Amino acid sequence: MVKDRGHPNRLGIWGWFGGGSWGPDRYLYSLHRVTGLGLLLYFLLHIVVTSSRALGQGAWEESMARVSGPVFMLGEYLVFVAFAFHAINGVRLLFAELGYGIGKPIEPIYPYRTCLDDQRPWALGALVLIAALIVVGALDFFVWH
Amino acid sequence: MRDQKLWTWHLAAGAIILVLLGLHMVIMHLDALVGIFNPAGGHPIDWANVVARGQSLAFTATYILLLGAGLFHGLYGLRNILFELDPAPPLKRALSWVLLLVGVGLFILGTWAAWVGHQVASMT
Repeated sequence: MVKDRGHPNRLGIWGWFGGGSWGPDRYLYSLHRVTGLGLLLYFLLHIVVTSSRALGQGAWEESMARVSGPVFMLGEYLVFVAFAFHAINGVRLLFAELGYGIGKPIEPIYPYRTCLDDQRPWALGALVLIAALIVVGALDFFVWH
Repeated sequence: MRDQKLWTWHLAAGAIILVLLGLHMVIMHLDALVGIFNPAGGHPIDWANVVARGQSLAFTATYILLLGAGLFHGLYGLRNILFELDPAPPLKRALSWVLLLVGVGLFILGTWAAWVGHQVASMT
């Protein structure tokens, strides 16, 4: 992580959502963080709840009964949606981090191109894949069961 | 340099999670469509299915690997987000320790549960 070098993060969490002329990539970044935090919260609780399996069938079924019902089912679906977004967008970010899909450095000649122009089709592709997973998940959660 | 290494591990953990959590999601939440690793039929969280998966040492090992990768990826990501808010150095140190203790504590709990669950399933 880069040290702030005397430039504190004045926007704080607000900077995830606004504070400038943010483009779609900025909102994908914000959504990646929000879904990551949601998944982490769920994961920490999930470890505690599912640890009851070590105590046998009775404890397991009691735990699962405590987290069942329509509200929890909707919550689980939201976790699935968060996972679909965070996973697919995470793959896109991993490729970008490794230098794929961001183009090569070029001379700044007008009209200027940035790496975002090369990245945009990847982002769109990721969003289409995420949308497809969300639809399939909804069918499995609410229709095919 | 240390943060560069931790960031690389963060990415590597993400790749592990993508595979293992992807499989977990398919087993648990796309069961009507795919229906794998639920030999007793019914719901994936029915005790008979939990026991069937728990009998497998490979499943137990992947649970523990996913647990470790998930805790590291999630808690290190949270640490980065909190550090971007530029807390004072003593608070940074305290946050790092709290997150480390939470991670180690939950890893021990989850590993115990996975291992004992495997033993219980193997005796069933």
